[in-house]
Amino acid sequence: MSHFLDRLTYFRRDQSKFADGHGITTGESREWEDAYRKRWAADKIVRSTHGVNCTGSCSWKIYVKGGIVTWETQQTDYPRTRPDLPNHEPRGCPRGASYSWYLYSGTRIKYPLVRARLIRHWREARATMSPVAAWRSIVQDQAKRADWVKRRGRGGFVRAGWDEVNEIIAASNAYTIKEYGPDRVVGFSPIPAMSMVSYAAGSRYLSLLGGVLLSFYDWYCDLPPSSPQTWGEQTDVPESADWYNAGFLLVWGSNVPMTRAPDAHFYAEVRYRGAKSVVIAPDYNEAAKFSDMWLHPKQGTDAALALALGHVVLREFHLERQVPYFANYTRQYSDFPLLVTLVEQDGRLVPDRLLRAADLEGALGETNNPDWKAVGLDEISGELVAPLGSSGFRWGEQGKWNLEEKDGKGREVRLRLTLKDAHDAILPVAFPYFGGAAPHDFVATAHDQVLMRNLPVKEVPLADGRRVMVATVFDLFCANYGLDRGFGGENVATDYNQDLPFTPAWAEKVTGVPRQAIIQVAREFAANAEATNGRSMVILGAGLNHWYHMDMSYRGIISLLVMCGCIGQSGGGWSHYVGQEKLRPATGWLPLAFALDWSRPARQMNGTSFFYAHTDQWRYETLKPQEVLSPLAPPGNWSGAMIDYNVRAERMGWLPSAPQLQANPLDVGREIAASGRNPGEVVAERLKDGTLKMACHDPDNAQNWPRNMFFWRSNVLGASGKGHEYFLKHFVGSLHGVVGTDEGADIDRPQEVVWHEDAPVGKLDLMVNIDFRMSTTSVYSDIVLPTATWYEKHDLNTSDMHPFIHPLTAAVDPAWEARSDWDIFRGLAKTFSDIAPEVLGTEKDIVLSPILHDTPAELAQPYEPKDWGRGECDPVPGRTMPSVAIVERDYPQVYARFTSLGPALEKLGNGAKGITWNTEHEVDLLGKLNGAVLGGPTAGRPKINTDIDACETILMLAPETNGEVAVKAWNALSKTTGRSHHHLADGKEEEKIRFRDVVAQPRKIISSPIWSGLESETVCYNAGYTNVHELIPWRTLSGRQQLYQDHHWMRAFGEGFATWRPPIDTRSVAQALGKLPNGNKEILLNFLTPHQKWGIHSTYTENLIMLTLNRGGPAVWISEDDARAAGIVDNDWVEVFNINGALTARAIVSQRIMPGSMIMYHAQEKLVNTVGSEITGQRGGIHNSVTRINMKPTHMIGGYAHLAYGFNYYGTVGANRDEFIILRKMSEVNWFDKAADDAVPVEGIPTTPRVSQEAAE
Amino acid sequence: MNEFLNQLAFGWYPYFAVTVLVVGSILRFDKDQYSWRSQSSQFLRRKQLSLGSNLFHMGVIVLFVGHLVGLLTPINVVDGLGIGHGFKQLAALVVGGIAGIAALVGATLLLHRRLTDPRIRQSSSFGDIAVLVLIWVQLVMGVGTTYWTMQHLDGTEMVRFMGWASGIVRFDPGAPALLADVAIIYKLHIVLGLTLFVITPFTRLVHIWSAPIWFLLRPGYQIVRSLSPVKRPHYSLTKGPAGAPAPSFGGSAVTRAHSESGGT
Repeated sequence: MSHFLDRLTYFRRDQSKFADGHGITTGESREWEDAYRKRWAADKIVRSTHGVNCTGSCSWKIYVKGGIVTWETQQTDYPRTRPDLPNHEPRGCPRGASYSWYLYSGTRIKYPLVRARLIRHWREARATMSPVAAWRSIVQDQAKRADWVKRRGRGGFVRAGWDEVNEIIAASNAYTIKEYGPDRVVGFSPIPAMSMVSYAAGSRYLSLLGGVLLSFYDWYCDLPPSSPQTWGEQTDVPESADWYNAGFLLVWGSNVPMTRAPDAHFYAEVRYRGAKSVVIAPDYNEAAKFSDMWLHPKQGTDAALALALGHVVLREFHLERQVPYFANYTRQYSDFPLLVTLVEQDGRLVPDRLLRAADLEGALGETNNPDWKAVGLDEISGELVAPLGSSGFRWGEQGKWNLEEKDGKGREVRLRLTLKDAHDAILPVAFPYFGGAAPHDFVATAHDQVLMRNLPVKEVPLADGRRVMVATVFDLFCANYGLDRGFGGENVATDYNQDLPFTPAWAEKVTGVPRQAIIQVAREFAANAEATNGRSMVILGAGLNHWYHMDMSYRGIISLLVMCGCIGQSGGGWSHYVGQEKLRPATGWLPLAFALDWSRPARQMNGTSFFYAHTDQWRYETLKPQEVLSPLAPPGNWSGAMIDYNVRAERMGWLPSAPQLQANPLDVGREIAASGRNPGEVVAERLKDGTLKMACHDPDNAQNWPRNMFFWRSNVLGASGKGHEYFLKHFVGSLHGVVGTDEGADIDRPQEVVWHEDAPVGKLDLMVNIDFRMSTTSVYSDIVLPTATWYEKHDLNTSDMHPFIHPLTAAVDPAWEARSDWDIFRGLAKTFSDIAPEVLGTEKDIVLSPILHDTPAELAQPYEPKDWGRGECDPVPGRTMPSVAIVERDYPQVYARFTSLGPALEKLGNGAKGITWNTEHEVDLLGKLNGAVLGGPTAGRPKINTDIDACETILMLAPETNGEVAVKAWNALSKTTGRSHHHLADGKEEEKIRFRDVVAQPRKIISSPIWSGLESETVCYNAGYTNVHELIPWRTLSGRQQLYQDHHWMRAFGEGFATWRPPIDTRSVAQALGKLPNGNKEILLNFLTPHQKWGIHSTYTENLIMLTLNRGGPAVWISEDDARAAGIVDNDWVEVFNINGALTARAIVSQRIMPGSMIMYHAQEKLVNTVGSEITGQRGGIHNSVTRINMKPTHMIGGYAHLAYGFNYYGTVGANRDEFIILRKMSEVNWFDKAADDAVPVEGIPTTPRVSQEAAE
Repeated sequence: MNEFLNQLAFGWYPYFAVTVLVVGSILRFDKDQYSWRSQSSQFLRRKQLSLGSNLFHMGVIVLFVGHLVGLLTPINVVDGLGIGHGFKQLAALVVGGIAGIAALVGATLLLHRRLTDPRIRQSSSFGDIAVLVLIWVQLVMGVGTTYWTMQHLDGTEMVRFMGWASGIVRFDPGAPALLADVAIIYKLHIVLGLTLFVITPFTRLVHIWSAPIWFLLRPGYQIVRSLSPVKRPHYSLTKGPAGAPAPSFGGSAVTRAHSESGGT
């Protein structure tokens, strides 16, 4: 009752003794204990997760007390795995556990914010004008527009109300659509799997407008192009539990304990089970401590190491002794036995393309797509046969697209792997070698550019009467690896110690890894695979994938796995974990996200090419495609700058293009609709006669600028924006730190693209960012909308690392005035629908789409591609140019459509990856579950009002979460393959996962043909499992794993086979070295940006909890040797710069780092503890201030079966690992904390001179 | 001095001050236990605190006990023990002087630290600074009285203060008059001293009540706080007193257990 009175015991001592009086028992009050009880008690515990680009996808308990989120702990209720397999739980890492800090932190965005100068002009105009007219009046007034555009990134936000900002945004969208076209309204949001409804909210809104969605996976350079190249598959990997089934784990450039913390336990556990682990990483990383053996090649030389490993495996397991399992596996599942034609070029035989049925007399009896049916030599009959499974069997006929060892007529075949015993001649064949020259401190070897190697060939008569030499892929493959097989000739090795590509001795020189180690690892890797039927696994990370020639190291590794029969075997295979790509209920999500239930196709654009063009990085391009061209390139015109190649790819329908036409597509659509003609014909005609141009030819033309930009769930300017300073200069139009110029001997002017002497500054009229924190992107935006955090909304989350689907749920309502992404875009749709009628009604929109993978159109250009733009052929939509569609947009009904499920699903069905099924029943059920719209234009349609409605839509439509759909999907695939796959979903019809189910407990998804692995009681999810065990072909040209890339451009750029290509020379240091001295010594280092340890995933580094665990601000890691050379000691302030820009950071001097390289962890923004740069006169710079995008022509290839475009699936990737920087100690540390006039430059004029005197204007 | 003021300051104010001190402390103890602490700033900066705090506290404890014993010991007891007034005053002067100077040096260090260290300054409330300033002034005055005390080393002034103090304790209405003519410095010192009593319940000074001296006399090393009321020592024929060896009426098993546990 009273603390004081309770102590009055009236001279009585309420205590007794025990333990001989050493202990006493007292009766004093224990009320104080309640304080501790309350400290750890919660009013409620809610399940949610972290919607961040992290594959962890861990389910968390969120604790709420008094309406406030207090902390989070790991959930431990994952469904159990099977006996003998460790459980998944607990999943979660300290980074995730620090997230609740953000909810109430100073960086939280609490209200809609808008740039003061913008809202002043807007209110002034709006006082007398209607919304769209008001926007037109201020955006067309150059002085007014410049007033807010130039202030981006320099403060000046004021708080505004939702109604007002929605009206500004909607008016701007409507004006842009009317004035320039809907494809000038662009959105960027990454990784749908991390919070699929939040992604879908924005993409649904934009898709209903006809706006453009940018891809992220390729832009982040997380997409490994080697995967679509080899398998026709974006990325498919084993779940982490499958590590436990491995016998040998090669952990390559992936720091599992650090970046895959929730999964690392499987790695630890499998070692107790006896698995061997070798870690390959240039630095002594945390994974290295787990290893039995640590190999540390020079950074960027992984391909050389992979090739040497392959050299040993081929020698010992395929040639000296043929392991039966390996032979059978590669015969059935790889392109090894397929025949490649050899053509003469400059007096040398060069591997050309795969022989096709169409080349041969009578096309081997194949009438359907004979151009797309590869050919092999049958051991049984001795005849040439077209085995089943090629892409030609996939389309146009049914029941023959499988990997049975048969040909089209149903005959049993057994393909010959080598012509060793069936050849007509042994001839020398030419292979390119690129290792003769290497930039900076990379090792070049003294070998010729062209290496001739003998191999067995066979002469084959063609249908046109010519005779051509052919060889099997396997024979070419062995020759490429430089293996002497007794055919004589040069450039082949009999001994590992010979210095010839690609022997271990050669690799030792290039990589620095001792040859004995290479030989040992290769032997053990393959011996384990032999003993276990393929249970050798490679875990790969971004460390390799961000190099310009990433596909060389990846294909080298994939080759190793294929030759050991590891792909598609439990405990084996290729485990590339970069980016959370696995949106498991994808087919349920796609219609919702891209409004495919209302109109098709959606406008989608590959992020890398878009940003390359529109941030004008192409104007600074120092890499000439000719430098990476093969000495054996087929004859042809290979001139042009990098952007020319991209333009050609867009023109030929290979890559998407946006903005699409140098005209408003609504105007074009109106004309065509009025004429009543076929839109494709008209557009092709007009493109040919030049009355219509594609916008990609002139990205700097004001008519072709992207005008409105939405960013949400992302931080392009602070994290992924390679070429940060170019973004600021041209795209955003703010103060920037670009050090170099767009003039110089290194820079070729493009042929296909118009050059404007004055590059545009500030292309965006309106930049909107939706975030919960003041990120770098927020700082530069015109309008920042406060969104719900991951603990304040309902959503769904999946990952490739585990088989569960689980939710984000709102532990508390969005704080302050924040709204969930779904609510934000729904509100925007409402306002847009209200004000659109001012200028827009029902419109006809002309939409150009690239030739898409997994559609019949992927069989577009079987042989040497022809470019209509160069007059080599006629533009034919969907074959030699993008396909053309006319789409009706009902702008006043955007809101009505946004909030209901459209009729296209019943009409057209649902599906993906080339499979379609009827989904009327699911739409009907959804109408009953969510309720139907009562009135208005969408009366009777299922409602999608709330985020939970949206979740239910996804769950209902997807085979992974609705067993009934899974059965339909497998049956649909069975028709194509001619094999019954029904058993994979047998008994699952009644299994339907609903939102409240996953709220109760994470649910394991149902196996579906959308993915290549199974979820079952007997195997873990493993990529390629159904290809191998169900004989479902890979979605490549040959239907097999393609280790030989026979496309014309692939051969032109020397990448028919995996080979060693040293890093490119980005030429970003020479011009700046010593030109901007500060008195301190300057050294050159390779700039690496791996994933963060002290940020939530690779981003969110300003989290106070994380900051206190590290240096508390930007830091770079350098080796002791380099530090000594540059006179730097630990914790010194250093500046890192090149012609791209500059950044400031503290130096961490560590033994862990290899000399010659520097590590700056990804996404260190200039928000916290960042000083001013001596070079640019501005605060810091971020990690991407010194980078620029490096695109590769081979990633642009399209219209060629597996090499065909898919959104987030394939395309140019934003590589940046080859970059070099200049490092020096800072002489003056300026915090810019003085009065503005002496530290901050006057508007538009930098205080410090640059190499070029370009002002921000 | 005005007679009323004299009555107010030395007749009524002492009762008021002690009442506020006692009642206020009890109420605060009951109402707001989490505020019952010394609010040490050691966490923010250790330097200057170790020396300052130790000097100050040791000095102040001696002063406090000295004042208490010196003022409240009945004069008859002093005389009965044969301690001369002059000697007692001299002893008080020497012990108090040393302790006073130690406390003053300590307080000065603490005050300087509190005002100049930016982090400590930021985290200090008005009360934190005021308490320290008042104590510092009080110490300056206390040490300052030495000068006046030196003027009459016969102990007559001291006896007056003793008389006043015991008069206050005895509720003698004549007590305040004893101080009517003493030097102003003594009066200020007493008034400020009483004022420190008054502010104690409202400041960090409450920690004087909780000085952990009981720890020195702790009865057991392990303390079990019982959830149910602890039974008072209870004796019964069958069980014996708690904590004492159980009487072994139970046969061999009990006897063996008893002997194994070292009992007799």
